[in-house]
Amino acid sequence: MPSIWILLIVIAVIALFLVFMYNGLVRLRNMVDEAWNQISVQLKRRHDLIPNLVNAVKGYMEFEQETLTKVVDARNAAVSAQAAGPGAAAQSAQAENMLSGMLRQLFALVENYPQLKANENVMQLQEELTTTENQIGFARQHYNSVVREYNTSIQTFPNALLAGLIGFRPRDYFQIEEADAAVPAVDLSLHT
Amino acid sequence: MSASTAPTTFFREIDHNRRQSWLLVGVVVVVLGLLGGAIGYATGVGWVGVGIAVAIAVLLSLGSFFAGDQLVLASSGAKEIDVANPPEQYKQFVNVVTEMSVASGLPMPRVYVIDDTAPNAFATGRDPQHASIAATTGLLEKLDREELQGVIGHEMSHVRNYDIRFTLLVAVLVGSIALLADFFLRFTFWGGGRSRSSNSDNDRGGGGLQALIFVIAIVLAIIAPIIARLVQLAVSRRREELADVSSVDLTRNPVGLARALKAISDDPEVLEVANRATQHLYIVNPIKSFEERSKSMWDTHPPIPERIRVLERIAGQMGVSFPPELEAVAQSGGGQGA
Repeated sequence: MPSIWILLIVIAVIALFLVFMYNGLVRLRNMVDEAWNQISVQLKRRHDLIPNLVNAVKGYMEFEQETLTKVVDARNAAVSAQAAGPGAAAQSAQAENMLSGMLRQLFALVENYPQLKANENVMQLQEELTTTENQIGFARQHYNSVVREYNTSIQTFPNALLAGLIGFRPRDYFQIEEADAAVPAVDLSLHT
Repeated sequence: MSASTAPTTFFREIDHNRRQSWLLVGVVVVVLGLLGGAIGYATGVGWVGVGIAVAIAVLLSLGSFFAGDQLVLASSGAKEIDVANPPEQYKQFVNVVTEMSVASGLPMPRVYVIDDTAPNAFATGRDPQHASIAATTGLLEKLDREELQGVIGHEMSHVRNYDIRFTLLVAVLVGSIALLADFFLRFTFWGGGRSRSSNSDNDRGGGGLQALIFVIAIVLAIIAPIIARLVQLAVSRRREELADVSSVDLTRNPVGLARALKAISDDPEVLEVANRATQHLYIVNPIKSFEERSKSMWDTHPPIPERIRVLERIAGQMGVSFPPELEAVAQSGGGQGA
């Protein structure tokens, strides 16, 4: 009699443990997906804003056509990399970094054109792109911290025993280590 | 990396704030119950007084939990900004709040502006889903983008840690108890004078009234230090320092917040809409004369040099250079830190 009870209790405890483990992992995985979507939204907004900015400055910057073409090319490369989805986080990150670099060059050039700095429309676009740039950085930072939590959770005991079998795989970081170092540098170059 | 506050830190902080919120409500129920008991005893209605007082306390707590943020915002003269379509002059403010909401992974709070030239800011609400961040127009005009980001990062950390829930309950409950105490004290002096004059006419009525005054005076004497202690609890140095550190964790920019703290505390303007009940909500204590009058006993915030010193240490760990004028501030307050 008592041995049946012990068996039942053991089974109940194991079942309960599995339920909590599974729910915890699903919760974390959803957080990762949500964080990824957050980045995607901002990246898309940047992709949408760039043609507007290029159009606004094109007339003033006749001698910088080459730079403008490069910005547009980098933007198009980033758009197609993003379409590949979360599996291709590493490629997407590379394309986006290229685009960030081009944008920084463009903003530096804008400084040389007083007419542009007096243009309300251009200034508004620049504030919009600055906040989008920052939000991309912050969304990436948040994504990485959520991915770190998720990866740690599926790679440590006891979850590590079962997580792989039921389809929980580690995710890529958006960009390893460099992201954290790059954020303050972007901040300083853009708003001073 | 080194400045990172591990998730466990703020989960512990959230639990701590939930516990303290319940404790506060408990204390308020007991205090008002005692007051009701005293009145009941003196007026002869007995336990009915306790029942009514406890009912009032519970209603008051529910009211502050659900509508306290609106009360605090309205009493500060804060006006809501439409975040979907902000006016041109508040666009950057809304953008910076959005950035911090993205960085923390929390929902976008409601955004308010207080029309006052003194730079300051606070956050309120019952949880991250019902949070509001308010800044004065002075703050938006006097700070640059990076400084503003530091301040909003600090407020966002208060939201994430559930500091806003506890400090909101303190603001409304302690505020209304203080108001009640004030009312009874005035009533006591006023009523006391009247009872003496009516003594010759009606001995019995005067005697009852005097007993009532006596009992309430005793209870108020017990309540006063409890109120003082609660306000102190609400803004422990630990809570403010943690929000400073978490802000850097979000912005990765210790210099911006340090510059903002210096700018806010150096500003000579006085925030007129702040009062005793709401002072602990702000990023820098707005009641300047109050703070200076009695430094050690009544400090609701850690001294600015101490806060800047902590940020300097983080900057050192991150390998970010710290401007000399801020270093000077950090050194200046060496003797004050208790």
